[in-house]
Amino acid sequence: MNMPHLSRRHLLGSVAAVPLTVAVPVAQAAQHSGHIHGADDQFNNTVMGDVDYVRNGFDPHAILTDWDAGAVSTMADGRRLREWTITAVDHEFEVAPGITFAGWTYNGRIPGPTLRCTEGDRLRIRFVNGGSHPHSMHFHGIHSARMDGVPGAGIAQPGAEFVYEFDAKPFGCHHYHCHAMPLKRHIHKGLYGAFIVDPDPARHPDRQAIAASRLLGSPENGRWQEFIMVMNGFDTNFDDENEFYAVNSIPFAYAKRPIRIERARPVRVYLVNMTEFDPINSFHLHANFFDFFDHGTTLDPTHRIIDTVMMCQAQRGILEFSFAEHEPGLYMFHAHQSEFAELGWMSHFEVVA
Amino acid sequence: MSARIAWLGVPAALLVLTVALLLWWRPLDSLSEGAPPVEEAVVEAVRLTQGNIGIDLRSDGSEPVVIAQVQVDGAYRRFSLSPARPSAWLGGVTIDIPYPWVEGEAHHLALITTTGAVFDHTIEVAQLTPELAGPALEMLGAVGLLLGVVPVAIGLMTWPAMRHASRSVLDFILALTVGLLAFLLVDTVGEGLEAAHETIGRLRGPVLFWALLGATAIILLALGRRGGKAPEGLMLAFFIALGIGLHNFGEGLAVGAALASGSAALATYLVIGFTIHNVTEGIGIAAPLTAEKPSLMKFAGLALLAGAPAIAGTLLGTQAVSPFWTAVCFALGAGAILQVIIEVMALLARRGGWGRLLAPPFAGGAVAGLAIMYGTALLV
Repeated sequence: MNMPHLSRRHLLGSVAAVPLTVAVPVAQAAQHSGHIHGADDQFNNTVMGDVDYVRNGFDPHAILTDWDAGAVSTMADGRRLREWTITAVDHEFEVAPGITFAGWTYNGRIPGPTLRCTEGDRLRIRFVNGGSHPHSMHFHGIHSARMDGVPGAGIAQPGAEFVYEFDAKPFGCHHYHCHAMPLKRHIHKGLYGAFIVDPDPARHPDRQAIAASRLLGSPENGRWQEFIMVMNGFDTNFDDENEFYAVNSIPFAYAKRPIRIERARPVRVYLVNMTEFDPINSFHLHANFFDFFDHGTTLDPTHRIIDTVMMCQAQRGILEFSFAEHEPGLYMFHAHQSEFAELGWMSHFEVVA
Repeated sequence: MSARIAWLGVPAALLVLTVALLLWWRPLDSLSEGAPPVEEAVVEAVRLTQGNIGIDLRSDGSEPVVIAQVQVDGAYRRFSLSPARPSAWLGGVTIDIPYPWVEGEAHHLALITTTGAVFDHTIEVAQLTPELAGPALEMLGAVGLLLGVVPVAIGLMTWPAMRHASRSVLDFILALTVGLLAFLLVDTVGEGLEAAHETIGRLRGPVLFWALLGATAIILLALGRRGGKAPEGLMLAFFIALGIGLHNFGEGLAVGAALASGSAALATYLVIGFTIHNVTEGIGIAAPLTAEKPSLMKFAGLALLAGAPAIAGTLLGTQAVSPFWTAVCFALGAGAILQVIIEVMALLARRGGWGRLLAPPFAGGAVAGLAIMYGTALLV
């Protein structure tokens, strides 16, 4: 039974399959696909086990709402000053159950602290580089060239520090990230975070109520349920493709433990796309529609009544929606690149009455 | 004598001391500090059952290779490991993944270790792994019989026609045997090395393949000549049948594996091609018997020895044999074939000197043997 080398595998299969297909039709007809009868395959699409958030030092559920407003004081000219100290640290953490990733982080977490301020505030960020490579904080906002956090203007060598100082503008949903080279590596290893500038109602007399609803700490804002969601991915084998996708780093975190929503209160999501390697990412909400404010820099929606929004890297925006008319239950949201969803960017809201 | 052996204790003790020193001092640790552990893993076998993908994985590394997550077709999936913790050194692990696979389509597996390394494997054509029971078992046996025993038996039936042939014709027939055995040898070596290269690095598949091939040939040569006399007649036919049988066992594994891993559209003419092709193996076995008159039972025994291993091989092959064992089987087959090539040529040389191997009957026969094998192989 000797036969040519190249064609053997395929052709032999053909030959031998003749009698076999004849042999099995009755007994195994039902098995001719791998379909799992009677089982809901939905819950088989997940990672096995749980990430140890305590050991990681950050919890994606806490990150959703842990706004960092900085240390507030009043300057001589009467303006409000906010100050932060942010430290870059190398941090090996559990990116998915059982899998460690040698991350570069701001303050030991990915995404870094969510800096939140009000338009017009003076911001002073003392950046300490405790990592093993040169790093920076490049803010997406309006500032001088000297404060840009790029090579030649604000890169801190390991062990050194740099102070970024500028005014908070424009209001919106922004972010910061390391701009040391090589850029791709510094971003995908985890050096990014959200930077939210709330509108000052006094500056928007014709939209005062809307602006007040976005101002952290105001009574109007207290009605809202606000969440920060940074869409990201991790390339664990350094082949310039992500093995894991998520919002706030941990794949399937909000699928395994849904985000609780009180039905009566409106929802606002500050959504930032920091996914490296892939040109776009997206957010799709099930069974509901939302208004979208691209970059959050307007008080009127830039898109109305949509259920999916697409973003390139560094694009961000604000989503506003309500479940007030819905029955309680689990409402899915995820990337509508099915690939990203099945690789971890899959989540649930749990709407309660 | 015992004093001399006692001296071996000195180098042995020094070796133990050197290894102990390296383990205690670990001089290379400073160089490899911070480097991720070396990891290697090979998917050795895939079994598809209803709603489940089963994988045999062999891994090797400086630390135990632990599969932390599994993707099928770019989606993370629940799975179970057995054993839960593999050993560091050539550890084998079975992974079961409930998955609604689709018959006839390809599925891509990605296995992610605790360090984030990814090992890929593609199931080219998903097909239910046949169960070795009931009608499937009978049919697989029939396939092996049709492709192995039947053609060899048909080839042996040329024996009466070859009897009382002239010396030149006999030379030609024996040379024909050498030609077809040479074709089988090259074919077996090719198949065996392909499997050997699929084994995990530390097992050194290709080196093992050549070593086993050589060892098999040497041992069989020694066994055949243990009476001080080279095998001839029935004994030589026995060795030819043994070599072809071992080869056909390996081929059976390939048939079974092809069956289990899916196939292209079926074509009846391919079965016909196989049968014609394998008839030549029977002619080769009959060639040394022209001067003898073996009983029918002996012919039946030779046909079974050469053909029956194909049945066993086909059955085993469907059950996902690792490339390591496939390479071992092909190495034994290639070694046995090498032995009979040497013995048939030695037989001709004994009868008329080595010069006969260059005379027209032999040269023509050998070329004809290669040509026939190649020609009939085109039918497959």
